[in-house]
Amino acid sequence: MKYLATFIVLFVVYLFLAGFTVYELILGGIVSAALTVILVKYVNFSIDWQFPIKLVKFIFIYLPVFIWKLLLANLDVAKRVLSPKIPLNPGIVKIKTNLQGDFGKLALANSITLTPGTLSIDVEGDSLYIHTVDVKGKNEEENRERISEPFEKILGGIFK
Amino acid sequence: MIDYIVFSLLGLGLLFALIRFIKGPSLSDKVVSLDTFNMIVIGVIVMLANLFKNNLYLDIAIIYAILAFLETVVFARYVEGKKDANR
Amino acid sequence: MLIASYVFLVIGGLFFLLGGLGILRMPDTFNRIQAGTKATTLGSFSILIGVAFANPSWIFKIIIIIVFIVISNPIGSSAIAKATYRSNHIPTNLVQDDLAKRGEEHDTN
Repeated sequence: MKYLATFIVLFVVYLFLAGFTVYELILGGIVSAALTVILVKYVNFSIDWQFPIKLVKFIFIYLPVFIWKLLLANLDVAKRVLSPKIPLNPGIVKIKTNLQGDFGKLALANSITLTPGTLSIDVEGDSLYIHTVDVKGKNEEENRERISEPFEKILGGIFK
Repeated sequence: MIDYIVFSLLGLGLLFALIRFIKGPSLSDKVVSLDTFNMIVIGVIVMLANLFKNNLYLDIAIIYAILAFLETVVFARYVEGKKDANR
Repeated sequence: MLIASYVFLVIGGLFFLLGGLGILRMPDTFNRIQAGTKATTLGSFSILIGVAFANPSWIFKIIIIIVFIVISNPIGSSAIAKATYRSNHIPTNLVQDDLAKRGEEHDTN
């Protein structure tokens, strides 16, 4: 089973890079098979049968929110950079997260980095350290509500 | 016409990043500006692909993106190791 | 089609310019990282989409570049931020610093 998953991943990446003509299909199959035989000693992952469903959910539910937040973040940066005296009130806050898997934490940290005014610095266990341009909340709960709540809801629904 | 506008915007961005790279008071400022510089260079390569209508420039952009990421991480490790040397 | 491509290209160029300006104008390292990362991520996103509108047959390679940039750019900036914090270049204008209270026993590497 591990062979098949590795083969599919390599083949899809090859096709995206090379194109969809018939020769490329055959050559891609051969190259991916050879690479699979070589690489299968080094890959070590457990197959998750729910993964395609998770991926579809991820693309259709998570990405629109993410792109909207990215736009807002950029307008925020534009406002800050172009104003003559830069408004700043920076600080490093700590936030607890409920997500368990590594992939969920990676997605959460990346989306926190790309949302308005925040930058994730370090992940340790289940707490994230985040640099914010503008510290508003008084305690940990308020910060959590402001920064990571919308993403945690969506990602928690997808990755558990 | 539009190509000139976009290339001049990218060139100004490169200029600003370069000024910060030369001025940067600490080492990590230089690493940050280098990261931004690399991203803008990826934009320039993609614009060149659009200008010459040549598919192969996108491959160069992929390789450049991978190398830029590696470079950032390696420099970050280097900056992090500087403290231990002074300890 | 070409009009949409032009619009996306100009927006991308503007955001790249904004990233450079943010790198130049922000007063300390962490804010520079923030401005640079966000602006360049959306800038490259927008320029790649503009090129994809101009040449629709390149869409797969462009998807690969977009996915790679969106994953790798925040990770790189986070690595720089962590390294900056650990190398004692902590900016002096922080109003709150939870990372300092963490305790030294977790300082692994």
